[in-house]
Amino acid sequence: MSDLGPFQFGTASYVVCVGNQSASTLQELQKGLESCSDASIFYHTFQTLGRHHFLTEGFSNDFAQWVLGSCNRPALAERLASVDIRDYVGLTELRTDLTRIVREYCEANPREANQAAFETLYFCETIEEQVPLGKEARTLEEFRAGLEDLPHAALQFHFITSRLRLHLHTNDFSVWLTKELGRKELARKIDQIDIYTYTLDAARARILNLVDREIRP
Amino acid sequence: MSEAQTAAPAVTQPERHSPSAAQKAAAPPPSPAASKLHDYAKLLGEGEIAELRALASRMKGKSVMMVNSTSMGGGVAEMLNRIVPLIAELEIPIRWDVISGGEEFFAITKAFHNALQGDAYELPDESFHKFLATNEANRGRLKFDTEFVVIHDPQPAALIDARQGKSGHWVWRCHIDLSQPNSKVWNFLAPYVHRYDGAVFSSPAFARQLPIPQYLSSPSIDPLADKNRELEPDFVAGVVERFHIDPNRPILTQVSRFDRAKDPVGVVRAYQIVKRYIDCQLVLAGGGASDDPEGEQVLAEVRETAGKDPDIHIVDLPPWSHLEINALQRASTVVIQKSLREGFGLTVTEALWKKKPVVASAVGGIPSQVIHKHTGLLAHSVEGTAYQIRFLLSNPAIAQRLGEQGHEHARENFLIVSNVRRVITLLLHLLR
Repeated sequence: MSDLGPFQFGTASYVVCVGNQSASTLQELQKGLESCSDASIFYHTFQTLGRHHFLTEGFSNDFAQWVLGSCNRPALAERLASVDIRDYVGLTELRTDLTRIVREYCEANPREANQAAFETLYFCETIEEQVPLGKEARTLEEFRAGLEDLPHAALQFHFITSRLRLHLHTNDFSVWLTKELGRKELARKIDQIDIYTYTLDAARARILNLVDREIRP
Repeated sequence: MSEAQTAAPAVTQPERHSPSAAQKAAAPPPSPAASKLHDYAKLLGEGEIAELRALASRMKGKSVMMVNSTSMGGGVAEMLNRIVPLIAELEIPIRWDVISGGEEFFAITKAFHNALQGDAYELPDESFHKFLATNEANRGRLKFDTEFVVIHDPQPAALIDARQGKSGHWVWRCHIDLSQPNSKVWNFLAPYVHRYDGAVFSSPAFARQLPIPQYLSSPSIDPLADKNRELEPDFVAGVVERFHIDPNRPILTQVSRFDRAKDPVGVVRAYQIVKRYIDCQLVLAGGGASDDPEGEQVLAEVRETAGKDPDIHIVDLPPWSHLEINALQRASTVVIQKSLREGFGLTVTEALWKKKPVVASAVGGIPSQVIHKHTGLLAHSVEGTAYQIRFLLSNPAIAQRLGEQGHEHARENFLIVSNVRRVITLLLHLLR
């Protein structure tokens, strides 16, 4: 068992910065992906999923949405949308894959690569402000109570963006449940929850349900 | 509440015109008292408000001053009227000051406003001197003793001259579209903007190439304000009846000023295409025709395009008709926003919040509000708008799903509580 101690509930709030990069064609999207900041990749992938968590049918990231809505290129949009952020524990790898997908499409479809989009994509980035919520859990019951009214941003912070902090294919809840309470199976089941097909509220309900089964088997 | 936390500046109420006979007909529901954080907790959950308090506690008594040019009328005053008391309730000392200026100054700043949004600027060069003289007079009158100074829009932008060296943190909050400004006015204003610690824009498309950091903050709506709060079905039915609208047939509505950028003529044409297939009605609700020569002209064009169709209802409302607008939106089957140019459509957010399916033009900031096929449908032409409306009228289950997802989108991203959160987060960031 590790010395993690009680689970500390926290959250993150973001300042969104407008960068100087934009894209009006797929070629420009490719260049933007190659050179924008990591914070920009984060904003348009991890953070946008949190902002749009209530969409469970096909919304994945801003790049896919722009390619579909403003460039009318559904095949490329599908490929970009299929990039699952849970597979990434660092932004470098995520950027590499997004760039590769756009580059391959532009190479295969050179005429489309320079066609003007209906609307420009502006690369933005975020600066994170982490805030402890002043709540902690030492037992499964306390964990359940804390989770029940956790705000969406905090859920996103612990459940989705945590993998970038941990550099692991998991989340804060599962790490704590495994290391502090020794509940590996519960942690594994929580890890399996699909954040693309569950809203944050539905994911919370699923976690609470799994916890309840442990508390009252 | 301490004096520093007092929200509303001392102002006089504008003269209110007598309501028309139609407006006198129905007794509106009483306006609620000023909303408190716990009122929003009922809507959003206790956790969201607790999170806001946790964030605000990091400010550790740092004080904030907001400055703009009017205490009532216009979106900025409306927004400050709501967010300043909420920030004060979070125990952040905050003061809201309004600059004073005569008719000449405000005529100049109105011309500035239009020019910065792309119009020509035809005033003489002396207008720049008058602008600076009024800012200087206000600099002497106002007390800049807070840690943060947030200056809203161009009118008070030159107050940055009051800054002592690099003291405090100064932010310029620009609510207008600066994407294609008149160069004469922008070149005059830019040196003042460059001296701020940062500039905040409503859309990335509005931002300029500036030597200071630029931040993004979407405009918000207040779900508890008259324009957005829940209404009794009887009141909604009463408003619909008052304007002779048939509640038993589909109602298509666009709420906007009679302004070419909102393309009301295009809305009528889209409706006329839809009408060939589905028996429906069109409501064009807005204002701006009575005191704006161009508005009058646009309204005349709309009437001409509409012909004698009794199912087209042109409702020219005074600016304080929030409850009527709310009721018309709630009574609508589909809400349209067929703008040719739009920074960020607050009426779109209002419709999303009311769970209405929206058909809107894919221009400006609208695609961030109407996520195509998720929170509404986008179109690029009159014909496309008509097609999307027909699709929604023929597929009510899809229309309902879009409306529900639109509501969640507004809840998550475009409500006043999110705005307060963004303001505090930005100030915390500047403290670093």
